[in-house]
Amino acid sequence: MNSLVCVAYVPDTETKIKIASDGKSIEESDVKWIVSPYDEYGLEEALKIKEAEGAGTVTVVGIGPERVKTGLRECLARGADEAIWVDSGDSRYLDALATAKALAAIAKTVAHDFLWFGQKAVGYDEALVGPMTAELTGVPHVANVVKLEVGDGKIVAHREIEGAHEIVECALPMALTAQKGLNEPRYASLKGIMGAKKKPIAEKKLAELGIPEADPANAKVRWRKLELPPARQAVKLVPPDDPAAAAKELVRLLREEAKVI
Amino acid sequence: MKFLVFVEQRDGKVRKASLEALSLARKLAGGPVAAVLPGQGVAALAKDLGRYGAATVYVADRDDLALYSTKGYVGALDAAAQRESPDAVLIAATAMGKDVAPRFAARRDVSVLADVMELRVEGDRLVGSRPVYSGKARAEVDCGKASLQIATTRPNVFTSEARDGTEPKVEALDIGTIGARAKVVRVEVPESKELDVAEADIIVSGGRGIKGPENWPVIRDLQEALGAALGASRAVVDAGWIDHQHQVGQTGKVVSPTLYVACGISGAIQHLAGMGTSKVIVAINKDPEAPIFKVATYGVVADVFQIVPELAKAVRAAKAE
Repeated sequence: MNSLVCVAYVPDTETKIKIASDGKSIEESDVKWIVSPYDEYGLEEALKIKEAEGAGTVTVVGIGPERVKTGLRECLARGADEAIWVDSGDSRYLDALATAKALAAIAKTVAHDFLWFGQKAVGYDEALVGPMTAELTGVPHVANVVKLEVGDGKIVAHREIEGAHEIVECALPMALTAQKGLNEPRYASLKGIMGAKKKPIAEKKLAELGIPEADPANAKVRWRKLELPPARQAVKLVPPDDPAAAAKELVRLLREEAKVI
Repeated sequence: MKFLVFVEQRDGKVRKASLEALSLARKLAGGPVAAVLPGQGVAALAKDLGRYGAATVYVADRDDLALYSTKGYVGALDAAAQRESPDAVLIAATAMGKDVAPRFAARRDVSVLADVMELRVEGDRLVGSRPVYSGKARAEVDCGKASLQIATTRPNVFTSEARDGTEPKVEALDIGTIGARAKVVRVEVPESKELDVAEADIIVSGGRGIKGPENWPVIRDLQEALGAALGASRAVVDAGWIDHQHQVGQTGKVVSPTLYVACGISGAIQHLAGMGTSKVIVAINKDPEAPIFKVATYGVVADVFQIVPELAKAVRAAKAE
């Protein structure tokens, strides 16, 4: 079975966020970029399905500026067979609908049974692109998948919801958004890294896909401003020397001042 | 602005997060709004929505909606939106809401202001504030010129407000044959029946400072005293001291409780990403330099094993008054 794996190339989570001079994006000069961690679970599951069957193609696709190709190479190094880079020309925010339309356009050109996403892209943290692309492609999806059973003509996905798992039977082709716990992503082997250099990265241009929302003037979500979160008041420290007294004081503060218990 | 609110129910009860979204819609609209409620045996729940702001409730009450169905529930929202023609749709950003909103949005060729923590109206436009980069920044967002504006609201941030009022008009929705290709066949609840951190109003969390899994009882004692859920840092989950379902943080659960008590947790960025928006944070840590003290409301620089048992005692004493 074939998989098309959508990957986002995002700032590493250790990155210190600095607001750029336009006031609505981050300063990118010191950013270390990585494949969004949740997308790695999608790639890993796609590779596992291919290995279990002994057949199938795993294609990765990413949208963004030139640096995205580095992320795609990492995916090829781990075992993906082919990659597609959709050149977005610059790195400004592309709204989820534009991203989903671009991925849907690519999905039409790649034969696949499984369409993979991470449960959200770390950074924008929206959790929109996966279900949107599924809707635009006309396939069912299961989000927050923590377990996948691929059997004879039957696919069962375990979806994580609050305090429980929904067990979902699904027809192919289908889309999935991967959640932590689905698997343990592999590291690329040296052989894989060397082999990746020979694997093709096809290039498409976002501007040629005919997506109105790709033009910022037509964006259906706009970032008007980016700010650091409101500063919290400095912590009120309770003297620790007498634990019983400290505990009583904490409870008093929580009751009378914060009014939370 | 005309609002339609998606209302989620579970186990015969309307989710509190949906009541928060409904009350918010009423506030933004300056008056009662419309709601849609899919499910099975839910018609009786519709009446109570009037107190939280619904003037009209569209109900899709069918056997094949007893378990969640993306296609069925999105179909109900779509049918209600076609009847009501709202300018804006609000949905609580629960697991269900985060499933319904993007599919409905894509169907209508618009996007979503996702997981907003603030929402206001400027003229005929929604303007929201949402956490980005794991909560390290806030983006002020709007829907551009989109004809339909959809926002999902982070649970436990907005206030649900019940007022005296009239019962809403209840309208039955006909959504036809669903024909879903993804079918929830059952829901599995973990044996432990623990209160999920994502649902809890109060969370007591343990980190490396608890020294080992044999010491969970100390933390659980405080958890019990507070009627809280139990959370954990990534370090202790990775160390195998507790199951992943308790993990709070960037790769665990993102929570926004009223009270978060961090015991022996240093406060790495990835953990803060999961609980940084808690209303009140109490930090107990031996290390005065621990980053958790930068976000805590109250703190004690002390050994977890000295303070936590006393805290449990003091909480019980206060509650007994």
